[in-house]
Amino acid sequence: MFDFSPPRLSWRFLPVWRRNFNVWRKLLAPSIVGNFGEPLLYLLALGYGFGRLIGEVGGLPYMVFLATGIVCSSAMMAASFEAMYSAFTRMHMQQTWAAMLHAPLEVEDVLLGEVVWAATKALINSGAILLVAFAMGLIADWRAVWVLPVVLLTGGCFACMAMVVTALARNYDVFTYYFTLVLTPMLLLSGVFFPLEQLPPAIAAGARLLPLVHSIELIRPLLTGGEVGSVGLHFLVMLLYTVAAFWLCTAILRRRLRG
Amino acid sequence: MSTPGQAAVVARGLEKRYGDALVVAGIDLEIYHGECFGLLGPNGAGKTTTLRMLMGLTPPTGGSIEVLGFPVPQRAREMRRRAGVVPQFDNLDPDFTVRENLVTYASYFGLKRRQLDGRIEQLLEYAQLSDRADAAIGALSGGMKRRLTLARALINDPALIVLDEPTTGLDPQARQHIWERLRRLLNQGRTLILTTHYMEEAERLCDRIAIMDGGRIVACDSPGNLIRNHIEPYVVELRAAAADAWLRLPHRLPGVRIEHVGETVLLYGSDREALLQAAAGHEFIQRPADLEDVFLKLTGRELRD
Repeated sequence: MFDFSPPRLSWRFLPVWRRNFNVWRKLLAPSIVGNFGEPLLYLLALGYGFGRLIGEVGGLPYMVFLATGIVCSSAMMAASFEAMYSAFTRMHMQQTWAAMLHAPLEVEDVLLGEVVWAATKALINSGAILLVAFAMGLIADWRAVWVLPVVLLTGGCFACMAMVVTALARNYDVFTYYFTLVLTPMLLLSGVFFPLEQLPPAIAAGARLLPLVHSIELIRPLLTGGEVGSVGLHFLVMLLYTVAAFWLCTAILRRRLRG
Repeated sequence: MSTPGQAAVVARGLEKRYGDALVVAGIDLEIYHGECFGLLGPNGAGKTTTLRMLMGLTPPTGGSIEVLGFPVPQRAREMRRRAGVVPQFDNLDPDFTVRENLVTYASYFGLKRRQLDGRIEQLLEYAQLSDRADAAIGALSGGMKRRLTLARALINDPALIVLDEPTTGLDPQARQHIWERLRRLLNQGRTLILTTHYMEEAERLCDRIAIMDGGRIVACDSPGNLIRNHIEPYVVELRAAAADAWLRLPHRLPGVRIEHVGETVLLYGSDREALLQAAAGHEFIQRPADLEDVFLKLTGRELRD
């Protein structure tokens, strides 16, 4: 029924990526305002307001703790949103993918272009937050640039996972379930707003099976000048989710688009 | 453009099954370079599925396909580099202007901006959209969108163009425009495969027509031969009240075939005088048999949807 043969990746994904990039460029002004404005408001309100109440968290001023967490969570949210609502619009409502598949492109080319684009959106969003955080003096040192590839991988990982939902979606409603039942719990349990150690050990252990924890455990020390541990493990978990989800959504979409 | 003596499309025993439903039931097709080949049939006859299989957009469950010398679906991607597709429903990119649509579509073929020099302008002209090049897709009429979709399918200078109901939903003027443009493509030596519900379209454009029904090809020939070989040459047509009145009277008419479709009664025969006599006293139209008569005879009169 399903064709689970390995996805055949090629550079042909680039025009798909570029198509989305060109559309984004047309709407540059409003999206830039959102990219910079939202995290700025978040950090000011929560960081200053809330942070005064809390003081230090995990050995960091709360504003720093929060900023480093939001860099990760907004990569997750940006990539997920792009790979669900926007990709579904292109696949289903606009039939943009159908037009691409009439050209010499394959399902894998379109998918790879879409998830790399969603990862790019994650990079743009998180990059804006990094700049805001930098301007507010929340970033320790130059090691922060190493965050960029981690953000890209985080975005790619969540884009692939969201794309599985999109591949199965018949309408927009199912995305609300994914946000509410998967992404929001992950956001709350992965150490964005408070350290994992505050959770009961069983739940903290469970959270370690989710990709967002590993993104945060790489990114937070990189931004605050801390020690980065278990780099291999963190990358491995995110890569496993990325590859498994990409493979799965390829199989589902081969059937849906080429069935 | 063409490779004489070689078929552009060869399909043998082509079959498509979805679960228990046999949508295409083992058809053979041979389509020659430079011809316009039409697939005619009621809704659900398997026309669109056949086109999709030929383009490698969906794999057949049986049989073999070769298009432009490439085995399909194995090397469909390479074949599509030399083919153009005009889908049944416009899927122009609403986020781009007319010109951007062409440039973006070209990028899917790996065509570089340099290679496109002049090509975009030429296609805008072909689509009669030169003065609308920077218009949004939403601002175009149905006919303009159709012409742009057709121009887009030519971006890679294809040898073969596949069109799924190219003029459905267009007004008569827009339809004439599309026909004129398709004719130009044929004059350039390109191969066209189209599906249509319009007999006039098929009769005008197609060198050969395959009439499909229930996933099979029930007849395949030139429009002229189909009419000559499958139907009596003369028709008398009675409509609405005249048809009702005629049906109420008893008739014994040897050599006359009577068909009743919707509100029309059709009398077919080889003896023109006998037909005229049969309808005498009623309001009627006498005309030579055409493709629609063949179509109704071969695919039946029941409603299909």
